[in-house]
Amino acid sequence: MHSNPSLSTRLWATALWVAVGFFVLNLLALIGSVVVSSFGTRWLGTWLPAGFTTRWYAAAWQEFQLDDVLLVTFQVAFSVVILSGLLGVPAAYAMARREFPGKRALMLLFLLPLLVPPITYGIPMATVLYQTGLGGTMAGVILANLVPTVPFVILVMIPFVEQIDPRIEDAARVFGAGTFRLFVHVLTPLLLPGVLAALLLVLVRTIAMFELTFLTAGPTSQTLVVALYYSVFAAGVRAVQAVDAMAVIYMLATLVWLVIALRFVSPTQIVSRAKQQNAH
Amino acid sequence: MSATAGPAPTLRLRLAARGLDTVTLLVLPAALVILALFLYPFLYGLWLSFRPKDGSLLGNYGRFFSDPFLYDTIWTTMRLAVPVTVLNLLLALPVAFRVRLMRRQRLLTTILILPITLGTVLVAEGMLFYFGAQGWFSRTVMTLGLSSGPVKLTNSYTGVFLSLLITGFPFTFLLTLSYVTGIDSSLEQAAATLGAGPRSRFRHIFLPLLLPGLAITFCLSFVQAYSVFPSAVLVGEPARITRVISIAAYQAAFEEYDYSMASAIAMIMGFTQLAVVVAVLASRQLAYRGPAGGGKG
Repeated sequence: MHSNPSLSTRLWATALWVAVGFFVLNLLALIGSVVVSSFGTRWLGTWLPAGFTTRWYAAAWQEFQLDDVLLVTFQVAFSVVILSGLLGVPAAYAMARREFPGKRALMLLFLLPLLVPPITYGIPMATVLYQTGLGGTMAGVILANLVPTVPFVILVMIPFVEQIDPRIEDAARVFGAGTFRLFVHVLTPLLLPGVLAALLLVLVRTIAMFELTFLTAGPTSQTLVVALYYSVFAAGVRAVQAVDAMAVIYMLATLVWLVIALRFVSPTQIVSRAKQQNAH
Repeated sequence: MSATAGPAPTLRLRLAARGLDTVTLLVLPAALVILALFLYPFLYGLWLSFRPKDGSLLGNYGRFFSDPFLYDTIWTTMRLAVPVTVLNLLLALPVAFRVRLMRRQRLLTTILILPITLGTVLVAEGMLFYFGAQGWFSRTVMTLGLSSGPVKLTNSYTGVFLSLLITGFPFTFLLTLSYVTGIDSSLEQAAATLGAGPRSRFRHIFLPLLLPGLAITFCLSFVQAYSVFPSAVLVGEPARITRVISIAAYQAAFEEYDYSMASAIAMIMGFTQLAVVVAVLASRQLAYRGPAGGGKG
C-alpha cells in the first residue's frame, strides 16, 4: 500500500500486530484449554493432562441430562426462529415499503430492545411472566427470547427489502396478486437469502442468549447455556472435566450454526446490522 | 385484512393515501409483541417500583440510596464498565485503521466473532482454568521468569475486567471497523495529495468524521459492560469487589422475592446507563455531523 513507509510507521504497525496477536493467542488458548481439559484424565500442575479419555462426555451427558437439555435448547431456538421470522419479515416489509404516521416512533420501539441490555429489561419482564403463570415454562422462555430477535430480524431485513425493485411487485399486483400471494410467490423467493441469514443469526443468538433464559427458565425449561452456568456456579460438585465437556458440547452446538451463518453474512454484519449492505 | 372493506372505498383510499393499507398492517403483529413483552413490562416495572412492601411511594429508592451495600453497586459497576469501555475503544481504533487496509480481513474478524458468539458464560468458564493458578497463562508467565509464584487472575476485579475485555474488545472493534470502512477512501487520498501526513490525515479527516460513530460505539459497548452479570459471579468476587448492580437486582428478585425492590434496582440500572449515554451523545453534538462520503454524494 505505502511505497516507502517510515520507521515510526513500521514500528507502530508492528506494535499493533503484536497486540492483536497476543489477544488472539490468549483467546484461542483459553478456548483450547477447555477442549484439552474435557479430554484429560487428571490435570494437576503440568502443561498437559496425564492422559486422554472421552469418558467425561459420557459422564456429562448422564449427569447433566444433556439429552433433555439439548432437546429443550433446540425446541426453544427453533420456535424462536420460526416465530421471529413470521413476525419480523412482514413487519420489515411494511417498514421498508410504506410511509405512515408514527413510523419513527415504531422504529424507536423496535430499536430499544436491541439497545437496552437484556438484564435491565429482563427483570421486569420476568416479573410479568411469572405473574401471568408463564414464568418457568418453555412458552415463557420462547416469548422472552422474541424480544431481542424480532427487532433484529426487522432491522436486518429492511435493507434487503429495499433493494428489491418495487416494479416487480407492481407487476404482480397488476396481474391480480393480493398481498398474501405476493408474499408467497414473489417476495419469499427473492428475500430467501436474506431471511436465511437473519434466521441463522437468530438461531445462534438464541442458543447463546444467557440473561433472558436465565431469568425466565424453570428447572425443565433450561437451555444449554443456562445449564452450563449453573454447573460452573456449583463448582466442586461435579468433576471439572465433565463441566468442560459440557462447555465443548455447547461450543459445538453454537459454532455449527455460526459457520453456516458466516457463509451468508460477513462477521462485521453480526455486530453492526446491515451497515455493509448499504456500503456497496 | 379486510377490516376497512366495509364502509366505502373512499375511506380505504383516504387511508391508503396516508400510507395505511393492508401492507402497513403487516407491522402490527411484531409491534404488538414488542409492546406486550418489552414496553408493557418496562412501564409495569416502573409502576411496581413505586409500590414497595412498606407502602410508601419512594420506599425502594430511599432504601437503595441509604444502604451502602446497595448504592455502592453503582460505583462498583462504573469502576468496571468505564475503564474497560475506554480501553476497548482505544485499542479498537488503531487496530481497525490497520485492518481496513488488509485484503483478507475475514480470518481475523471470524476469530474475533468467537467470544461474542459463545457468550460471557463460556468465556468465564474458560477463564476459570486458563487464568487460574494452574492454568496455561500462569505457567507461561512463570516459565518466562516474569513471576516467581503462580499468577491467579480469577475471582477478583481483574478477572471480571479481563472477561469484559475478551468479550468487549471484539464487539467494539467490529463496530469501529464498520464505521472506519464506511468512510470514503477518496477523502484520505485527496488529503494525501494535498500533502497531509498520516498524523494530520487522521486528526483532520478521519477523527471528525468518525466521532459520531465512535460516540455510538462507546455507548453500545458501555451499556454491554454495565450490565455484566455471569462473569461478575463466576470469575469475580460477587460478594464484595465485583458486586455489580445486576447482582443486586437479581438477588432482590430471585432470593428475596421482592419484585418491587428488584424493579426499582432495574430502573436505577437503566437510568444510570441512560445518563451516561445521554452525556456522551450530547457531547457528540459539539462534533462535526455531516456526510462521510465523497463530494459527489
